[in-house]
Amino acid sequence: MAESLRLALAVAGKDIRAELRSRTALLSAVVFAALVLVVFNFARDPTALAATDLAPSVLWVTFALAAMVALNRAFTIEREHGALDGLLLAPLPRGALFAGKLLANLAFVGTVEAVTLPLFVLFFNVDLWRALPGLIGVTALATIGFVSVGTIFSAMAVRTRFAELMLPVLLLPFMVPPLIGAVQVTSRLLAGRPLSEMLGWLRLLALYDVVFVTLCTMTFSAVVDE
Amino acid sequence: MTGSGSAASSAARALARRGLRISLAALLGLAGVYVLALRFTPVELRQGPAQKIFYLHVPAAWSALIAFSLVGVTSALYLWLHDPRLDRFAASSAEVGVAFSAVMLTTGPIWAKPIWGTWWTWDARLTLTLFLFFLFIGYLALRASVHDPEERARFSAVVGILGMLLVPFIHLSVYLFRTLHPQPVVLKPSAPSLPPEMLRTLLLSTAVFTLLYVGLVTLRYALALAEEARDEAADAA
Repeated sequence: MAESLRLALAVAGKDIRAELRSRTALLSAVVFAALVLVVFNFARDPTALAATDLAPSVLWVTFALAAMVALNRAFTIEREHGALDGLLLAPLPRGALFAGKLLANLAFVGTVEAVTLPLFVLFFNVDLWRALPGLIGVTALATIGFVSVGTIFSAMAVRTRFAELMLPVLLLPFMVPPLIGAVQVTSRLLAGRPLSEMLGWLRLLALYDVVFVTLCTMTFSAVVDE
Repeated sequence: MTGSGSAASSAARALARRGLRISLAALLGLAGVYVLALRFTPVELRQGPAQKIFYLHVPAAWSALIAFSLVGVTSALYLWLHDPRLDRFAASSAEVGVAFSAVMLTTGPIWAKPIWGTWWTWDARLTLTLFLFFLFIGYLALRASVHDPEERARFSAVVGILGMLLVPFIHLSVYLFRTLHPQPVVLKPSAPSLPPEMLRTLLLSTAVFTLLYVGLVTLRYALALAEEARDEAADAA
């Protein structure tokens, strides 16, 4: 177990180092998220709808779209120069390989979300301070679930034609339950509602994470092994 | 052409003939259902003739659900046994499922407009079936974009399994989403208890739709066999 964790961290470390050296994908994803926020601001009628009413939906649709862009990149970097073959030849349990890719994707998506959040506060004038710890918690809970499914789908999508189109078509239905839950919890957090009103949703998000992280870890070898 | 190739294609032809016979029998049965539903089943008191669509809509939903469940089950079995027949069956079932889902998703709104007063509502069951349709489409799009048959089988099996487990989550989250908000009482679909004549028509129609599912899947399976035989012959040449 400790050995698997060490190997997973090594895989994640490799991805994160590679990303930090170029920073192009991360920067593009952050700029993309900022642009989505800007577009959202102009896509509403300011006289009809207050920014705060729309805020939770805007935040989560932005997170979802940014995650999609980020996940597209996860296995494209492995496709070049046969990098994936190298990884598969390494004495590495497939579960550890999946965990490593998942951790790297979570770091990547988490960074984009962390940069998007202050921009969201700035553009939409939401008072976040009281809700911040809860918001970080629910973001983590929702993100783990769909990034896990996204990781396995991005490993498939790079081997298909129209990879950039295949990932959203496959992944968006899987984003629906975490997104519904996250939006519901976020709007209650922003309204200062008690925890008991969010508990059902938090349980659903946690259950989704447990089911899909387990399932993706188990089926990952069917995706990468010939 | 190689010997095994022609053997495979003649097996495909025999299977196709059987599929065609079953499908034709089912279509005849469907004509019977139309006559029975329109002529020999009483008109529902409150909904009037609009209720007749029920005898197509519910059996189509039933067949779509069977199709979808079997895609999930055969996908899981494929990852375990690696039998290409399971993959061929899952692909056939998914394609036929799309057809039945389309029937379900078109007859539903046609009925809902006069009865509920709206084409669509984000009720748990409606949302669920819409996502079944999207999952089917995604599954087939993935199959179409992977060239290697073995790789295609593995990828689509993984999507089939994940999709099967996604369905309860969508149902649960939409259910929680709706019940926390006040709902217009008119839109609430109530579970009707059917008089025996209506139940008889519904059961017959369900049997006919199940038969149609079997016929169409058999045909589609035969087509998959024929395609494989053709590809093998092309590779050998």
